[in-house]
Amino acid sequence: MRYALLICAEESFLSDPPGGDDARMKGYLAFQEEMAARGVLLGGERLQPMATATTVRVRHDDVVIADGPFAETKEQMAGFYLVDCKDLDEAIEVAAKIPAALYGSIEVRPIWEM
Amino acid sequence: MPRTAGRHEVADPRAAVADAFRADWGAVVAYLIRVTGDWDLAEECAQDAFAKALERWPRDGVPRTPAAWLKTTARNRAVDRIRRSKVGEAKVQEVAVTAHSAEVSDENDSGISDDRLRLMFTCCHPALAVDAQVALTLRTLAGLTTTEIARAFLVPDETMAKRLVRAKHKIRDAGIPFRVPPAHQLPDRTTAVLAVLFGLFNEGYSASGGAELVRESLSTEAIRLARLLVELMPDEPEARGLLALMLLHDARREARLDDDSQLVTLEEQNRTLWDDERITEGLSVLDSALPFHRPGPYQVQAAISSCHVTAPTFADTDWSEIAALYDALASMVPTPVVRLNRAVAISHRDGAAAGLRLVDELVAAGELPAYHLLHATRGELLRRIGAVDESAGAYRVALDLAPTDAERLFLQKKLVEAIFLL
Repeated sequence: MRYALLICAEESFLSDPPGGDDARMKGYLAFQEEMAARGVLLGGERLQPMATATTVRVRHDDVVIADGPFAETKEQMAGFYLVDCKDLDEAIEVAAKIPAALYGSIEVRPIWEM
Repeated sequence: MPRTAGRHEVADPRAAVADAFRADWGAVVAYLIRVTGDWDLAEECAQDAFAKALERWPRDGVPRTPAAWLKTTARNRAVDRIRRSKVGEAKVQEVAVTAHSAEVSDENDSGISDDRLRLMFTCCHPALAVDAQVALTLRTLAGLTTTEIARAFLVPDETMAKRLVRAKHKIRDAGIPFRVPPAHQLPDRTTAVLAVLFGLFNEGYSASGGAELVRESLSTEAIRLARLLVELMPDEPEARGLLALMLLHDARREARLDDDSQLVTLEEQNRTLWDDERITEGLSVLDSALPFHRPGPYQVQAAISSCHVTAPTFADTDWSEIAALYDALASMVPTPVVRLNRAVAISHRDGAAAGLRLVDELVAAGELPAYHLLHATRGELLRRIGAVDESAGAYRVALDLAPTDAERLFLQKKLVEAIFLL
């Protein structure tokens, strides 16, 4: 099954990660290498900070544009991975290895397969 | 269908169906979930198979192995329904093949082979909400109807039906596997299963209300499921510990409430009302866990309970042993509630002042500020050292926080006793 692993954390952790930027980068590289070797990693991206977000809605034929994310929450989405796992247990195991799981949270969402 | 299998005369085939329902419902549903992968279909076809048994058994006799008859009947029904629903021949083939190989071997990663155990672990998967875990366990394994479960948890039928549907959909859509977890996950996941069963038991055991009978049946179901778990995981001493704990608690059920449904403390309980059969069984189940030399919180709690049930009177209780067991428990699960209970045990061993010091440590640390029993315990200990005003004050706080009428009545009585130095 395909799952999206949505990486969420407080902005302060994202701009100033525990252990520093280099350690974080190394952590993500190690994670990606491991998961690519295992054959579960389909893709993933890191997102720019919340301040760069724009929200778009269409209401009564009008395109309504707002500055900021869809919901103002303490935690923001920082990036995501797309993985192909045997079942939820494997997806949870993979999610737990994402470095941000140590200070943020990872939402595991199955992909709506057409 | 094993038509040619030997049949035997049974006085009341309808009673045989009812017995089979109690004994085999969970196994039939679990088997069908494994071969079809469809929880709704599994439940419906299990229901159909039992309906067919009601029709056939009085006429044809009761099959020698009712569970096998029911599984085969339900599986055939599933194949029919899949065929009719036009999902396609491929799925029918799959079910037929899975069902065939399934009978040969249903071993899993942990070397434990039983569909009911898979079902138990899947129902208690941590990706499901706890209330959904409990409801799903009662519906699929114990065979309670949605209405029965709704009544037990005091929610409308519709709410419970939605909860069950949502849980089943999550299992399907999120890809929660139908299996006993592999060895490296087994300890954690077993803890989750034990917690669901104990939660179920407590739901049925905790303070009274109009629905006492319904709630009692929850405890009974929890005990039945714990027995099953012991049978399926014979090498797991904590499963035995949990079963022993439930039995030893349940033994005191009758004595716990008086004629007016008021709570009776352990100290004041009429010990002749305790159920000797339950106690004997509980003690022997606990004994069977000890040779594993893998102590855990349920075994320790059962051991504490065993000290209580074997004391001829409250005064004869072995408080040193109980205090030592609470030390062990507090090192395994250092929760404030365990520390509170440990304080009570120590107050009986070393005196009220010693217990009070430990309770006040909890208060100072800001633990359990809204837990009525913390304040009730303080009230009791303060009364015992003769601090009347403070005792009454603590009881008043407890009274404001008590969640049920039975507990409020009980605390009211304690407050009066504290004030009038009874």
